[in-house]
Amino acid sequence: MASVTHSFMKLFRGPFTDSAQAARPVSMAQRLTRRSSGLGEVSRTLRSEEPICVLDIGYTSATNIRYLTERGHKIYSEDLLEASTDPALITKDEQGKTILDSRRFLADNLVYPAAQFDIVLCWNLADYMDESLVKPVVARLWSTIKPGGMLLAFFHTREAGPDAPCYRYHIVGNDVLEMQHVEARRDLRKGPTGAVHTAIEKSFRLQRVFNNRHIETLFRDFGSIKFFLTRDNIREVLVVR
Amino acid sequence: MDMPKTGEFAHIGKSVVIKGELSGSEDLYVDGTVEGTIQLHGNNLVIGPNGHVHADVNAKGVVVQGKLEGNIRATDRVELRKSAVIVGDIVTQRIAIEDGAYFKGKVEIQKEAKPNRTEQQSDAKSGSAPVASGAAAATSSTLSSGTGSLGAAAPGTTVTKQ
Repeated sequence: MASVTHSFMKLFRGPFTDSAQAARPVSMAQRLTRRSSGLGEVSRTLRSEEPICVLDIGYTSATNIRYLTERGHKIYSEDLLEASTDPALITKDEQGKTILDSRRFLADNLVYPAAQFDIVLCWNLADYMDESLVKPVVARLWSTIKPGGMLLAFFHTREAGPDAPCYRYHIVGNDVLEMQHVEARRDLRKGPTGAVHTAIEKSFRLQRVFNNRHIETLFRDFGSIKFFLTRDNIREVLVVR
Repeated sequence: MDMPKTGEFAHIGKSVVIKGELSGSEDLYVDGTVEGTIQLHGNNLVIGPNGHVHADVNAKGVVVQGKLEGNIRATDRVELRKSAVIVGDIVTQRIAIEDGAYFKGKVEIQKEAKPNRTEQQSDAKSGSAPVASGAAAATSSTLSSGTGSLGAAAPGTTVTKQ
């Protein structure tokens, strides 16, 4: 039975060993290293001698704060995935369907003056955040990024599988990231459909898989979009306002 | 950081609630609730694991183990322990953040100001710590989990209730 399940999951995830490795949960302390072409592009701006303003909307990372402040930049940190698990956000739409209140969410989060940031590090937020918040969050991010500013986001490919672990990302080099498994800080609530959709064993779960067209639509207000394909079933996307 | 020994810090216990302006010239340990402002120029503040501070903080060093909602301005260093929950902006020379700490806000590192004679003299007169002005020697944020030595106490903490 186990071998049948294994074979099925192998089919689902594809034959690459990278994907199997990516899907295997790792302990909180363990960190995996990966190269990031998207980060490599962002690093050109980070090497600027002029202080720039960076927004990191992933899990609080001391490594990222150190990396950026050492270079004289200002960093804003805000864990949007964690914030989206606030039970107070649950509401119903006109059809009586349970959703998350995006207005309330944006009243408490991403509250910055317009056109403030040179770089936004979005990481894998869109893949793990509740669907009702993704578009409003991207629209708000657009308004907070300076013209010419960049946003770096990661999207899983279908081959990553539904149980692709949620990682936090630490910048350790110009194009090198460390990945660390994310564990939710509070007990995660049931999702809009009634299923526990955001968490399994206190960890976040992949909500959906965006294809390239979905990603282009999501970022249609931005000036340009660039895709980087990687071997670990992640598409890195760099968009410029 | 371990619980400071009695006598080293002025201590606000976990059942104490203070609303208003809190200022002083000795190190302070807050394990209760404070709403308002905390001014400890040249001295250190430790917010204990039960501490709940809703205030802007101005101090030499700040260690957070509990919850802080407000801005921190520290002339020396800020340490956020793994149990810390901070919502607000931090301006400091050095910062240490333990894995697991929750932080929402801005971090701005101010480089250490070269002390000149005029500043030292005026500080000695006023008894307050100098505020870093972003010149001189380059310092970087350090991410260690060291405890940092927090100085000896001197009398003079005042609480102004609103």
